[in-house]
Amino acid sequence: MKQMLNIALPKGRLGEKVYGMFKAAGFPCPAIEEQNRKLIFENEEVGVRYFWVKPSDVAIYVERGAADIGVAGKDILLEYKPRVYELFDLDVGKCRMAVAAPKGFRDDTSRTLRVATKFSRIARDFYAGQGRDIDIIHLNGSIEIAPILGLSDVIVDIVETGTTLKENDLEVIDTIVPISARLIANTASFKFKNEAIEKILTEMNRLERLL
Amino acid sequence: MIKTKQQKGFELGQWWSGWGYTPYKMSKFEEYDLYVRNKDFLISDGVITFTDTNGKLMALKPDVTLSIIKNSHYQPGCVQKMHYCENVYRVSENSGCFKEILQAGLECTGDIDDATLYEVLTLAAYSLDSDRAVLDIAHRGVVEDLLAPCAPTEVARTAVYRCLREKNPHELAAVCAAHSIPADTAEKLGKLIALYGKPEKVLPKLFELLGDTAPLRQLKRLTDGFAGRRTAEMLRIDFSVVAAGKYYNGIVFKGYLDGVPDPVLSGGQYDLLMQNMGLRGGAVGFAVYLDYLDDLDREKPADYDVDALLLYDENTDLSTLGLDRFTGNLVSNGSVMIQKAIPEGLTYRQLYRIENGEVKPL
Repeated sequence: MKQMLNIALPKGRLGEKVYGMFKAAGFPCPAIEEQNRKLIFENEEVGVRYFWVKPSDVAIYVERGAADIGVAGKDILLEYKPRVYELFDLDVGKCRMAVAAPKGFRDDTSRTLRVATKFSRIARDFYAGQGRDIDIIHLNGSIEIAPILGLSDVIVDIVETGTTLKENDLEVIDTIVPISARLIANTASFKFKNEAIEKILTEMNRLERLL
Repeated sequence: MIKTKQQKGFELGQWWSGWGYTPYKMSKFEEYDLYVRNKDFLISDGVITFTDTNGKLMALKPDVTLSIIKNSHYQPGCVQKMHYCENVYRVSENSGCFKEILQAGLECTGDIDDATLYEVLTLAAYSLDSDRAVLDIAHRGVVEDLLAPCAPTEVARTAVYRCLREKNPHELAAVCAAHSIPADTAEKLGKLIALYGKPEKVLPKLFELLGDTAPLRQLKRLTDGFAGRRTAEMLRIDFSVVAAGKYYNGIVFKGYLDGVPDPVLSGGQYDLLMQNMGLRGGAVGFAVYLDYLDDLDREKPADYDVDALLLYDENTDLSTLGLDRFTGNLVSNGSVMIQKAIPEGLTYRQLYRIENGEVKPL
C-alpha cells in the first residue's frame, strides 16, 4: 500500500481555499468536493489523505503526528506554540492581530489595563514587550462587546476588514502582528515522509510564483 | 512484543556498560540551587521543590546531566564516561503539568576530542536500534560563524535560532531585515533551513556555500566515520536541531523513530556548561526519552481482562488453590484470577469452578 500523507485542513472558508491550492499544486481529492458530512477523504493515486478539523485544532493534530502536515493560522501558532515546523506562508487568510478600543479611547497608563481576548498568550507577550501591566480577561467569543459593556478597556483580536469593529464603534489602536495561513509539518513526519512533504512544498512554491 | 520502557532502559544500560560506561545511580533530590544557577540549561522552567528536614531547599530532579557533571574529575588526556537511567520531573509541554519522565543516557566529561564525539554519535545511532530511525546532526559553530560578523543582539540571535528550529524561511527573512542582518548572511541562513538530507548530499553544498570552515570539517570527519556501516543510512544533516540553548558549542543531534511524533533522543557537545560551572574539560552526551516508546506499535488491548476466572467456595479445600496444582496449566495459556464470586465488570475468556478437587469449565 502506498504511503499516504495525512493532511489536516481547517474547516470553513479558509480550508476550502487551501484545498483549492493543494488541488492546483497537483494533489486533488475528488471525494472531498462531494456534498456530505464525511471528515476523512483520500486519494491513493497521489498519496494524500485529507481531513477536516476545527481550525484551532490543526496544530495539535500535526504536533501529535495524527496529521503529517496541516494548515493553521499564524494566530493559532503564536497562541499555542506547537512543536511543529512552519514551512511555508500560504499568503491566504490574511488579517492582523490588533488591539482595539472604543472610538476616542485614551489609555490611562497609571492604571492596570484590562484586556479582553481569546488570545491570552499573544496579548501577554505583546504588553510584556511594552512593560505594561495588564489584567487579562479570557473570553471565548464575541470579544467586541467586552469594552462596550465595561468588562474591559481594550480587546486583542483578529481584524480582517474592520467592519465588525466599526459597526460596534470600536477602532484599531495598535497592530500586533500580521496573520496568514501557514503550512506546518510534524517534525518526525518531515524525516520519514520527507520526499512527499518536499514535493508539496516545491509545488506550493511554484504555484505562488505563478500567481 | 514491544519492550517496555523499563526493559529498554535496562538493556541500553547493559549495552553502554559494555562500552566502558560506568552506571551512575543518583538521588531523586538535588539542592535547588544547582538548577537556579544553571536554569538556562534546563528544558523546562518548572521545578518541584520542597524544604528538607535540615532546612535546605531541595528539588525533585528536572535534569540528570547537571548532577553527573558537577561530580566530574578532570584527568589530562582522559574522558570520564557514565550512563544512567533515571526518572526526572519536568513540566510536560503537552499538558502543562508536571510529569515523571523516564530517561536513559550517557555523559562524557574530560578531554573531549573527535574520537569521543564519534563514539558518542555511534552509540546514539545504535541506541535508536531500528531500521526506521533518523539521526539529525548539525554543528552550532556553523551558525555562530555566520552570525559572528553581524554581532546580533540577544533578541536577534534568539529569533534567528527560533526560525532555524521551526524551518521558517519567511520569518527568518523578516527577522534578518528587522535586525539589520546583512542580506548575504540572511540568504545563507535561509539556505541552512532548506538544506536537509544525507551528509554525502548536503555537506558538499554546505562547503560550497560557506567555505572550508572548521565546524564543517569536523562534521564531515564525524559523518565520514559512518561510511559503509548500517547506521550510515539514518544520518541526516539538519540545522533545525541547533537551537539547543547557549551551552551547546559544537555538534548537536536528535534521534527520531518512525511512529513517534517527537524526538526520542537528544544530545550534543556542551563544553560551555562545564565552563559555566567552573569545571575543567569539555562534555558531550545524550538522553533517550523512554516514555516515547509507549507510542510505538501500541498493541491492541486484550479482548478479556483475564483468560481464566476460577471460582471457589467456602467448602473448597485451601490446598486445592495452589497455583502449581490447578492453575499451572491455565497460567501457561494466559492469565488466571481466583475469586469467590464474579467481580462486576470483569471480562474473562473462560469460567471455571473448583468442585470436589477438580477444575471444571462452566
